[in-house]
Amino acid sequence: MNALLIRDLRLAVRAGGGLGLGLAFFLIVAVLVPFAVGANTDLLSRIAPGVLWIGALLACLLSLDRILALDFEDGTLDLLATAPVPLEAALSIKALAHWITTGLPLVLAAPILGVLMSLPPQGYLWLVVSLLLGTPALSVIGTFGAALTVGIKRGGLLLSLLVLPLYAPTLIFGAEAARRGAAGADVSTPMLLMAGISAGVIALMPFASAAALRINLR
Amino acid sequence: MSLWEYANPVKFLRLSERVLPVLWVLAAASVGTGLIWGFFFTPDERLQGSTVKILFLHVPAALMAINAWFMMLVASLIWLIRRHHVSALAAKSAAPVGVVFTLIALVTGAIWGQPIWGTWWVWDPRLTSFLILFLFYLGYIALWEAIEDPDTAADLTSVLCLVGSVFAVLSRYAVQFWNQGLHQGTSVPVATGERSVADVFWQPLLISMIGFGLLFLALVLYRTGTEIRIRRTAALLARTGARG
Repeated sequence: MNALLIRDLRLAVRAGGGLGLGLAFFLIVAVLVPFAVGANTDLLSRIAPGVLWIGALLACLLSLDRILALDFEDGTLDLLATAPVPLEAALSIKALAHWITTGLPLVLAAPILGVLMSLPPQGYLWLVVSLLLGTPALSVIGTFGAALTVGIKRGGLLLSLLVLPLYAPTLIFGAEAARRGAAGADVSTPMLLMAGISAGVIALMPFASAAALRINLR
Repeated sequence: MSLWEYANPVKFLRLSERVLPVLWVLAAASVGTGLIWGFFFTPDERLQGSTVKILFLHVPAALMAINAWFMMLVASLIWLIRRHHVSALAAKSAAPVGVVFTLIALVTGAIWGQPIWGTWWVWDPRLTSFLILFLFYLGYIALWEAIEDPDTAADLTSVLCLVGSVFAVLSRYAVQFWNQGLHQGTSVPVATGERSVADVFWQPLLISMIGFGLLFLALVLYRTGTEIRIRRTAALLARTGARG
């Protein structure tokens, strides 16, 4: 399992595009939003938590099909399916690798983009915490979407259509927590609910992903 | 004699062909009665005037939009557990019907909301969760369309339906978290049996709800029959193609 994690991380870093692309996309979203809504600082600081959450979510979505598509094409997934490691565990590792290469950089970059979006000072901590707790759920749910669509040629658009509604609860609670944090209100309720979703999804989703992937490998 | 006998496509078709004409007539009669009674023979409501009459369409459509997803969930489970093809095809046929009901509920709700709430759309919990349900239907149908092998498609869409159900419920509670919203709570609580709808409105509404249920059943049976025949035609074509 360690070997698989290290392999996926190496591939993501060396193949290019994976690691930087999501970050660059996140940056561009954060830059384009003020162009679109105007550079009014009050307005920006009000919408900053939501915009950063949406940006992170879309950046995450960009790289989802890379989780499985390349391995499906060159036959690695067939080997993984027959390996002694259960497919559920292998997919959890792949989701973890996706989170380390996509989610974690986004979490680290979020405060810097918060400056661009004139996020209020008290908002930084909760924005980072909410993203840190929420992005793993995005990676795991995304892995499920990737497992569903891996056999479909040019399934990228379909993948977004399937995954985005599944992201709705995480986004609602995550952005709510970040928004309350920025407004200086109590964040515990949405934060706990979102952490609950993340924990539940991490525990249960790999089974659904593995079931979908087995059907596709049949 | 058990229910599972109708998992046999031949028996299913024979039964549905016998039931369908009756079902069409009953559905048309009760939808017609419910709507015509509701539209033309109920008094105008004291505060809302005649705009309230759109609810004879809105409420049954919304009811069946949710129940269609439940039916798909049950059919998907039966397919995953017992591998009856008719069940998978029934789930497939129910989805477009469900999406149309969802759309009717959303559109009639908007048309009603404009004069009464003063807005076409608000991010009210009920409205939002219906929009999310609509997206789930779209994704489900798109996945069916995208996969060529019918058994793989049935398997994957069933898994999506199960996972989607969990997330649909999650979203339902997530959006409720924002605020209580504009949409009223249920006026016809099944559990307590105390409804807040006057009898003059309730009777046509009930008939309309039954009618929409029958209409859904008829449409699903009809579409499932079509799907079975499409599958048979494809099998026949494949067989003759292999020979010739």
